[in-house]
Amino acid sequence: MTVAVQGKPLKQRRDRSPRPGLVSRIRRSYDRHWYAWAMVAPVVVVLGLLVGYPLVRGILLTFTDANSLNVGRTIGVNHIPDSYNWVGLKNYTEILTGPDNQFWPHFVWTVIWTTVCVALTYGAGLGLAVLLNRRMRGRTCYRILLILPWAVPTFVTVFSWRLLFTDGGAINSVLGALHLPQPAWLSDPTWQKVAAIAVNVWVGVPFMMISMLGGLQAIPGELYEAAEMDGASPWQRFRHVTLPGLRPVSNTVILLGIIWTFNQFNVIFLLFGSSGADSAQILVTYAYQLFFGQMPQDFARSATVGILCLSLLVVFTSFYRRWLNRNEQVRA
Amino acid sequence: MTTAVQQATADVADVPQTRTLSAETRHHRRRGERSRGASAALHGSLAVAAFIAAFPVAWICYIALGPDEHDYLHPGKILGKASLSNFGYVIHHTGFVSWLLNSVIVGVGTMFVGVLIAASAGYAVSRMRFPGHRKLMYTFLLTQMFPAAILMVPLYKIMSDLHLLDSYLGLILIYCTTAVPFSAWLLKGYFDTIPVDIDEAGRIDGLTPLGTFWRLILPLARPGLSVAAFYTFITAWGEVAFASHFMLSAGKYTLAVGLQTYISQYNSQWNYMAATSVLIAIPAGVVFYLVQKHLVAGLTAGGTKG
Repeated sequence: MTVAVQGKPLKQRRDRSPRPGLVSRIRRSYDRHWYAWAMVAPVVVVLGLLVGYPLVRGILLTFTDANSLNVGRTIGVNHIPDSYNWVGLKNYTEILTGPDNQFWPHFVWTVIWTTVCVALTYGAGLGLAVLLNRRMRGRTCYRILLILPWAVPTFVTVFSWRLLFTDGGAINSVLGALHLPQPAWLSDPTWQKVAAIAVNVWVGVPFMMISMLGGLQAIPGELYEAAEMDGASPWQRFRHVTLPGLRPVSNTVILLGIIWTFNQFNVIFLLFGSSGADSAQILVTYAYQLFFGQMPQDFARSATVGILCLSLLVVFTSFYRRWLNRNEQVRA
Repeated sequence: MTTAVQQATADVADVPQTRTLSAETRHHRRRGERSRGASAALHGSLAVAAFIAAFPVAWICYIALGPDEHDYLHPGKILGKASLSNFGYVIHHTGFVSWLLNSVIVGVGTMFVGVLIAASAGYAVSRMRFPGHRKLMYTFLLTQMFPAAILMVPLYKIMSDLHLLDSYLGLILIYCTTAVPFSAWLLKGYFDTIPVDIDEAGRIDGLTPLGTFWRLILPLARPGLSVAAFYTFITAWGEVAFASHFMLSAGKYTLAVGLQTYISQYNSQWNYMAATSVLIAIPAGVVFYLVQKHLVAGLTAGGTKG
């Protein structure tokens, strides 16, 4: 998406005349741009109403002690008003520094989870795309089979993985037949993490692969020929032609991959259910547990964890973009 | 984005079709000399990868054939007594048909609403330089970062204020917020690859900007549109969390929610769950099959251009 944001202007460069007064500037801007604004209005309204406004409400909640007992609700005809109190930054300090700290262990695991998953999906996606990007028999067939994990809804495939991972399930039967140890994939804390990463990589590879395939097809064959004339080995061609050619796509999909994996709710939630697997919960599912997994439901804490996730991602994204820009300036 | 490499990739897409084609055939001849060993390695690794990708999907279809609750623990036994009885039970004796109908309404509704507003926003950002277009793209990226958990309670309140709880429209709009930003970005990229000359020709012939968009650009952008449609449909079809909290009456359950009620109701009868899962996967597979030709071109047209 960084790529898209910085796309080159296509047309209609406006002449910059001296700035007139505010009112006439608004009117002129309206005359010129009302078409564009009318076309983006539906998206802006929907996003503003259903993302922006709830977000503001969510941020306000983090400064209160709201939970399911003191939030206003309507039971039958009786309306109970809100009765939660303003507590300032207490939620933040308690979550970040309080005793019985749950945040930092989940945070560390979330970072490991994101890094490992994105690295593996990117690597596998790139490898498969390189393999697929050539003429051969059965190419379409391979491609269809390889995209399958993306096409089938996650809750179906994760359910299938659960069946495969259960104690007497297919994976352990195969391991047993080979006289290998049979770990308890869904109950042992370490193996839970391995299983979660494996399933998420499985789910994520098709998107990476297809994106990379698109990127590879945009690299001109001439570049490879020139490299070959100069005596470049296959590895050197990959290193110096393929990888640089893929950089724009890579930058985008890695950023998207990081954001999506960091917020990957479905895989962990569906694999381990709403309870259990405490150490394998990433921040998002941890926030959800605070929210729905206990009584009273702790709205304020859950929102606080959510806001912390969001701010981490915003900070990360701005650094990532700055880093990309700097790299490009160095290279250019 | 002005490095030499990106400039190069940007230029490539503008190269006339014939040149790329001839490059490809020359490419092919060289690659055609692949040795037998390399060929075996290539097919071997692809076959392994395809097996890993397809196996869990095939596995659930296989388990669905076993008529007993605990058959998933003894998959070998299924072979002898495989039957379609689970499917029959699910279709005739549960709410499956009504869940399916709800899911189709929500999925197709999200697809139409989502693609329409994503396309118009994407077109505006691609073709018109209006104040705030950069910010809009960044906002799209930003919306991908929201964890659903912080939105759930406020969203619930808003939906109940707007009387959209337990309604198709409410769920469709919520799914749009998750699917539209990525689709809009995708389509913006695709529109960028369509020459602006086409718009200008349309304008000269007296079309309004909206007419240009509707009559000229949308038909040309079919690959991009079909990928966006696939993405929005899959998002709506497979979503669990919002559906299970916002669809309250049993008559409005979508498949994802229905599947969950099932676990408690029948004490996790895995065989019925497996059968339902297979039935759920079929429409998604059909949609996927229809668009898979366009997938590569539609998904990365914009991304590669920089």
